[in-house]
Amino acid sequence: MLRAIFIIFFFQLLGEAIKKFFEMRIPGPVLGLILLLVVLIFLKRFKTAAITNLKDDVINTSNYILNYLSLLFVPIGVGVVMHLSYLENNLFKVLIIVFISTILTIGLTAFLMEKINKRINKK
Amino acid sequence: MIEKDKLYSIWVYLQAEPLFWLTLTIGSYLIGDYFYKKSKLFPLVNPVAISIFIVSLVLINLDISYERYFDGAKFIHFMLGPATVALAIPIYKQFKVIQKEALSISASLIVGSLFAIISTFVLCEIFKIDDQVLFSMLPRSATAPIAMGIADLIGGIPSLTAIITILTGIMGASFGTFALDFLRLKDMSARGFGLGLASHGIGTARAMSRNETAGVFAALALGLNGIATAILVPLLFKLLNFF
Repeated sequence: MLRAIFIIFFFQLLGEAIKKFFEMRIPGPVLGLILLLVVLIFLKRFKTAAITNLKDDVINTSNYILNYLSLLFVPIGVGVVMHLSYLENNLFKVLIIVFISTILTIGLTAFLMEKINKRINKK
Repeated sequence: MIEKDKLYSIWVYLQAEPLFWLTLTIGSYLIGDYFYKKSKLFPLVNPVAISIFIVSLVLINLDISYERYFDGAKFIHFMLGPATVALAIPIYKQFKVIQKEALSISASLIVGSLFAIISTFVLCEIFKIDDQVLFSMLPRSATAPIAMGIADLIGGIPSLTAIITILTGIMGASFGTFALDFLRLKDMSARGFGLGLASHGIGTARAMSRNETAGVFAALALGLNGIATAILVPLLFKLLNFF
């Protein structure tokens, strides 16, 4: 577990470094995700016991962290509630806009994807 | 009443400790999660919303500043970065399915991302929202750190964007499933992709608690739409200034 935590932190650190170096607008953790994914796919060719063992460790630890993904949003969420007054008299309008646009975007995106998948699978 | 004074002094001591706020955050989340599981994962009984509600209620009633609270909660907040890196694992495990659906992924990414931005713009015009708030709202479907960077670039207010982005996540996680059920969509990859694209991390957390495939595609959409929004919003913004 400790090795896996080291690897995850290390990839985030690598992501932060690359972001800073190229002055990118993509967050460090997202770059870390991409890097870790690339390395995992690359390591598929090597099936030695040591690598498989380490990989399983990273997989188990990641799954453990992701089980609590929702919890990690609570601190910022509380910040949102405490700072809702920033929106002043726009609050109600903003809530309506966010509601309508988000629901429609979810529906449209999923609808389109399901239809294309169905068409491809038919062939 | 020595007893009462003693209790009060203990409280004064504890509320200054980060540990108190850390414990409160985890405790309120466990309460939210208990009701979420009890309701058989009913989307409106969102564990994030419940715990935010409990913690906020405590802070407001006891007149505690957000800064004091965050001093304890930052340990949980810190894990958001590593958790984002950890999303590489489910994507890796489903990599074959993702390759197979590359076409539908790219098509729905472009259409969904454009729709999120343009519909926000149109609705803001209808509701006569001021420009500065409008600019803060445009990138709201991207994950918070990306959205804040974009808002800063086009003249929005990053802290306002953070608020609106989180609201978007909670809305998507709480109501998105109803839209998907209404459209009778059964494809788990499509359902997850829609949730992750429109409502980033909070939508992804919701998808992940329901179904692994949905969770993976939500995580994928979160990453891809972060990048797409970062390209599209400044581009559309230039186009808007041109006319």
